[in-house]
Amino acid sequence: MTGSIASIIWRDVRQSYASGGTWLPVIFYLSAATLFPFAVGPDRALLLQTGGGILWIAALLATLLPLDRLIQPDLENGVYDQMIVRGLSDEMIAAARLISHWLAFGPPLLLAAFLASGLMGLEGPALGTLLASLAIATPALAGLAVMIAALTAGLKGAGALGGLLLVPLAIPLLIFGAGSLSAQGTSALLFLSAISLLLVAITPLAAGAALRAVRE
Amino acid sequence: MSKSQSTGSNNRLVAESLDCVRGERTLFRNLNFTLEPGQAGLLTGPNGVGKSSLLRLLAGLLEPVAGICNAPETKALCDDRLALDEHLPLEQALGFWAKLDGKDRAATAGAMERAGLSHLAEVPVRYFSTGQRQRARLARTYLADAKLWLLDEPANGLDTASVEQLGRVLQSHLDHDGIILAASHIPLPIAFDCTLALEPLEELEAYS
Repeated sequence: MTGSIASIIWRDVRQSYASGGTWLPVIFYLSAATLFPFAVGPDRALLLQTGGGILWIAALLATLLPLDRLIQPDLENGVYDQMIVRGLSDEMIAAARLISHWLAFGPPLLLAAFLASGLMGLEGPALGTLLASLAIATPALAGLAVMIAALTAGLKGAGALGGLLLVPLAIPLLIFGAGSLSAQGTSALLFLSAISLLLVAITPLAAGAALRAVRE
Repeated sequence: MSKSQSTGSNNRLVAESLDCVRGERTLFRNLNFTLEPGQAGLLTGPNGVGKSSLLRLLAGLLEPVAGICNAPETKALCDDRLALDEHLPLEQALGFWAKLDGKDRAATAGAMERAGLSHLAEVPVRYFSTGQRQRARLARTYLADAKLWLLDEPANGLDTASVEQLGRVLQSHLDHDGIILAASHIPLPIAFDCTLALEPLEELEAYS
């Protein structure tokens, strides 16, 4: 069974890196970060103060980009049905999708955040905190994306609906993630970790239930 | 009331007073049949009567509303969806399922040969014609090496020679104590042990 899960994850990860779907959020992230200094002007103090928050918002928006490709294609093509026939559970399929999506989404986003932080003039401890908060939050963002992709799979206009669903659910992550950049950031990081763990833990159950419901 | 079980100890395919409801509509009620190892069943009936739903139910993809369905542990479902990665060459696309089924490359090659696709092993699946896609579905089904084969219109889009080849593979599966339940409008060249004719229910409860 472990071998099956590993094969599924390997297939998904290879597919997203090969199809270029992985780099789309990264390019989006970098362009959003580039736009911001143009919009507010090159005031170094202002950029330093607001840059971290902007990079956090860009990370949330980058989460939305791959939503329609996470579940829908394999669901339509009967891949999940064939996995169920082979005795895998919906929860296992969802857990594998969470891991494979994070592998294709988290590390590239962290790389993009590192590059974009230069545009905001973030460095030293502030950069470290930003990367730490994003590293803690990316599994949760991947989990939210998988849950919402599974919930909206098969619906018309799933992309737009997915965005509407994801943004409010991501607010706690944003509050504590961007909050960790302030002076008293340690407790915010701990809260962020707690929320991230919770979202990661419920993703296989919620997305699995959604996959089961859509089959009926 | 709702009761379904599937035990690995059972080699037969048994359906006892199965009911199936899709949406608001009852597709069939009180369906009973048994297929022993080495037996093949043909599923007939007009479009929309619930043939595909019955096959999905037996495959474990749907829950029966009532009744008991007892199927062998290893099942293979061949429906109208390809479930292969379109951008990959056929051999690699099948290789994904081979890994899940615990099969090696030789088994993949064998399945492609039985489906008459050996010469297309290196061709990406997206270039396949209708008939070749159907044969790729069959190859995926053969590869699983399952006891029970649930086939939904397996001969759709196949030319005469391919239908004959399909018949030979089906016969060999039956000779090895496999079980086949097939829904097909195209006559399949094997001897079926029983025919299961689904009838539309008189009362259309959804529209009342």
